[in-house]
Amino acid sequence: MRGARGRFGDRLLHVYTWLIILWLSSPIAVMILFGFNDKKSKSNTSWQGFTLKWYGELFEISDLTTALRNSIVIALVSTVITVVIGTMLGLAVGRHRFRGLGATNFLVFAAISTPELVMGASLLSLFVSGNVPRDGNTIIVAHVLFSLSFVVVTVRARVITLDPSLEEAAKDLGATAWGTFRQVTLPSIMPGVLAGAMLSFALSIDDYVVTSFVNGSTVTFPLWIVGAVKTGIPPQVNVMGTLIFGIGVLIAVANAVAARRRA
Amino acid sequence: MKRLTPYLLALPSWLWLAIFLVVPMVAMASVSLQTGNAIDGYAMTFSFSNYADALGRYSDQLLRSLLYGGLATVAMLVIGYPVAYWIAFKGGSRKSVYLFLLLLPFFVSFVLRTISWNFLLADNGILFGTLKGWGVLPEGFHVLATTVAVVGGLTYNFLPFMILPIYVALERVDPRVVEAAQDLYATRAGAFRRVVLPLSLPGVFAGVLMTFVPATADPVNAQILGGTANTMIGNIIQTEYLTNLDYPTASALSFTLMAILLVGIFIYARALGTENVLEAAAR
Repeated sequence: MRGARGRFGDRLLHVYTWLIILWLSSPIAVMILFGFNDKKSKSNTSWQGFTLKWYGELFEISDLTTALRNSIVIALVSTVITVVIGTMLGLAVGRHRFRGLGATNFLVFAAISTPELVMGASLLSLFVSGNVPRDGNTIIVAHVLFSLSFVVVTVRARVITLDPSLEEAAKDLGATAWGTFRQVTLPSIMPGVLAGAMLSFALSIDDYVVTSFVNGSTVTFPLWIVGAVKTGIPPQVNVMGTLIFGIGVLIAVANAVAARRRA
Repeated sequence: MKRLTPYLLALPSWLWLAIFLVVPMVAMASVSLQTGNAIDGYAMTFSFSNYADALGRYSDQLLRSLLYGGLATVAMLVIGYPVAYWIAFKGGSRKSVYLFLLLLPFFVSFVLRTISWNFLLADNGILFGTLKGWGVLPEGFHVLATTVAVVGGLTYNFLPFMILPIYVALERVDPRVVEAAQDLYATRAGAFRRVVLPLSLPGVFAGVLMTFVPATADPVNAQILGGTANTMIGNIIQTEYLTNLDYPTASALSFTLMAILLVGIFIYARALGTENVLEAAAR
């Protein structure tokens, strides 16, 4: 009797899990669908027929195109900086005991747990106090700041599992310190570095809150969208969102397939 | 050289974190005590009354943020726990597929997702417009610009951050422990309450931390889904900083918000035991 009720409960939870997945995905479906909407009126909120027009006119709104390009450039630059300095710190905290290790871990944790709003507000306080003009550079500074800890954490997790005897073997065989790093250490921590890089790119291209404080007159993709809410979001935004979504999912799936093949 | 290696490796990040995380906090503390105006500039006067003024003016929005953040967190816990439970214990070989599906929304910009809800919930949009057309809903029915819309948006946007840590904790529970409880004549509910639930508490702790803080401080959902009656403290801080250029008021509010969240985390951590905090922090 208990078994039968248990199975019924499991089935109920199974259906429930799918309902939650459906709920979480429904705005994505709406976004994709309305990228194909042949709208005639100004607002893009009711379905008026299928068209591929917006895919053809994807870059017709020049401000929007600039904003998207800014977002991509900022994400690329900040990811490169974050990955380089974050991997270095990940190696330091994952492998060495040194003075200030505790303080370093605290700072890394503090950077993750500071609310975005407070981070943006405090950076603006600094820039205002120091008369620093706000532009793409200040956005990059901020994006490196909030991505850094995520790279450190993913790299550290990988470094901890490293077998130190491999590096010793390389050195015994006459490899230089740099050669050992390039040919032994880096390849083995690469999955952590790549995961950190993808995470910081995703965090950067998606950020609205921190960026809104430090952008000056530079507009990014999320900032442009929020600015356009009052006047109505053009279908091109849906198309760009759909393309970013598609590329992201493709990369993630390819990554998962490659990882499974390696295993 | 060998002894210097960790310091050289850490140096760039140290500088970045010191200059752009620690110094800005000091700058914000300093700005919050200044007086003046946007045109002539602000000067340090150690004016602690800035805090009293800011809180006097915006206590409603501050309390509303804590309320909305709290409501959304409770909703996420209630909605998310069963999902994490089912995937951890019954997901079988397809666990990673379910987790991937739960993370699917993160491939769409946070702002764009929230705007899609604005689309979906529009007064005469595809959902309510159609239902009103059929006469199922009264003409005046609306969800946008209500508390439900904002709390619902927060719940929607941060739900995966609640599910994942709980899933990680539950996944580590050995099913044999649950079987042992049932062999010892515990009911299903009893085994859950006395075995599974306590073992999942570190995950719940991490989940609450990862959702309450960002939900309370979020300005996006209130801006896109709420009306003027649902303004949260995040919107006020943005407006004061960026539109009114009233830096002292905005800084004082940011500091107050951060202090409340820190004290809240501390009390919450003490109530649940410090081991859980360390465990959550270490992850």
